Amino acid sequence: AAPMGKIGLGRPALPEEVAAWNHDILPDGTGLPDGEGDVWTGEEVFADNCAVCHGDFAEGVDNWPKLAGGMNTLNREDPLKTVGSYWPYLSTAFDYVRRSMPFGAAQTMSDDDVYAIVAYILFSNDLVDEDFVLSKDTFFDVEMPNADGFIIDDRAETELGLFSAEPCMENCKESVEITMRAAVLDVTPDHGGDD
Amino acid sequence: MTTKQKGNGASRRQFLTGAAAAGAGAVAAAAAKASGPDPLITEMQDWASSTGAGVDATPYGMPIQFESDVVRRNVEWLTADTISSINFTPIHALDGTITPQGCAFERHHSGAIELRKEDYRLMINGLVDQELVFTYNDLERFPRENRVYFCECAANTGMEWAGAQLNGAQFTHGMIHNMEYSGVSLRTLLNEAGVKPEGKWVYVEGADASSNGRSIPLEKALDDCLVAFKANGEALRMEHGYPTRLVVPGWEGNMWVKWLRRIEVTEVAVESREETSKYTDTLANGISRKWTWEMDAKSVVTSPSPQAPIKHGPGPLVITGLAWSGRGAITGVDVTLDGGKNWQKARLAAPGQSKALTRFYLDIEWNGEEMFLQSRARDETGYVQPTKNQLREVRGLNSIYHNNGIQTWWVKANGEAENVEIS
Repeated sequence: AAPMGKIGLGRPALPEEVAAWNHDILPDGTGLPDGEGDVWTGEEVFADNCAVCHGDFAEGVDNWPKLAGGMNTLNREDPLKTVGSYWPYLSTAFDYVRRSMPFGAAQTMSDDDVYAIVAYILFSNDLVDEDFVLSKDTFFDVEMPNADGFIIDDRAETELGLFSAEPCMENCKESVEITMRAAVLDVTPDHGGDD
Repeated sequence: MTTKQKGNGASRRQFLTGAAAAGAGAVAAAAAKASGPDPLITEMQDWASSTGAGVDATPYGMPIQFESDVVRRNVEWLTADTISSINFTPIHALDGTITPQGCAFERHHSGAIELRKEDYRLMINGLVDQELVFTYNDLERFPRENRVYFCECAANTGMEWAGAQLNGAQFTHGMIHNMEYSGVSLRTLLNEAGVKPEGKWVYVEGADASSNGRSIPLEKALDDCLVAFKANGEALRMEHGYPTRLVVPGWEGNMWVKWLRRIEVTEVAVESREETSKYTDTLANGISRKWTWEMDAKSVVTSPSPQAPIKHGPGPLVITGLAWSGRGAITGVDVTLDGGKNWQKARLAAPGQSKALTRFYLDIEWNGEEMFLQSRARDETGYVQPTKNQLREVRGLNSIYHNNGIQTWWVKANGEAENVEIS
């Protein structure tokens, strides 16, 4: 940034304050806390705190997110995107569980519990053995199946040129046929709102 | 609302009688003659004689009761619960470009939280010369900017990837609002902390349980992002991030972090849940795009549309809609009545503003025959809004996000409209 004059508002953040809010964990493991958790502890913690929505085996209840399964479905009609089948980095799972789960009681779990839950999710996805213990030291022993499944936005190369041609204005096509109707599907809430 | 309306029954009956007569007349001819004197004119109405509400009746007003259908709507089956969910702006009933805050869509991941200005803190930390904490009052003392931008959810129109699903512009295109924001440029705040040379990204997160953390390249953060505390002239609504939110012009709504509490300057992207598991766009081959930040040029006819049918019969018809682009200003909108065989240029109500909603009109003489209405936006980069099939050829059906394909409304001879896909 080009240097500009400072206005002199705000005050220095104290180390305790930064530590209280700065919880993010980077893909390279920066930010991982001390502690550990094994699969079987994870199963218990998961059963107590997570299974009501995510299922005993992380398979998901009703419309709640499935955390396990869906391997090799990403190029199919209805891909099942889970921690195992889709998430590129394990750091995200730890970060998100610790920061925002359980839904409705976020930031109530100890770091050991979070390690254990994540270990159990990995086990549910057949990515670790039942005797696996997750910690800083074993974090990168886990291979995330879809780690190479992402590319940076390539619309500039694949779309912008394609969609910047001069468009047709007259006699652009012969016929127009209806191929799909929303009214036939009939999943829209009733109109109105005044009743 | 306790506004008194004396003699309401009588005047309401007269009103309905009058409305029915006018409706019947319109079907016969565009400029029908009155079949008789209109009692709404010839008979003295209550409101022309008695008094209306006093200035003390409504310290902060709501729309009049007759507009009760112009409200946010949700679609129950879309999400597991209503806390991490979405609702929709009634764009089919609005005009102009500014979205009234009270019916502007909401998207939360842990609900709309109540955060007092007194309890509000904003932290800047990470790769800066001096990590800082601001109070809300501090923010109001920085030099301020005013800008109008659209905020469109990345998932807007996402339910339509596989085909026509939801029957109404509100539901297919209503995850959007457009407001005039007042706030401080993010550049100003970052300058206060002093970004170190190795800082390449900012990670922004909210005060809510979901946190909604996202990584934004420093270049964008120093360009046009705002930390906003007013929208359309007044404080942000609770559900829109009170007391402050991030405004990320042209970029997907998820990055417009609400209840903004922390800005961390980092060397690399955090790759948080909201930029790995979510807001990544899976292509047909199973590979997914990440960091698809810009919202491409898009438009929709808001009226006529399924929730806004033609009720007045043949004759003069106002076709209107919205166009927008995250890559700059809208320079033109084409409208077709025949499903894309022939197009005509619509009239922009005002010159397009960069990364803001633009209103368009096409005034036609409707002959009462069915139409296949579409609109096609063009932005200042030369990009022309593609058809859904053009998008599907590149991306397949599983992208979820960033569906800016051309929308078709089948307007039938009776004036009703339906969401359809056509060849």
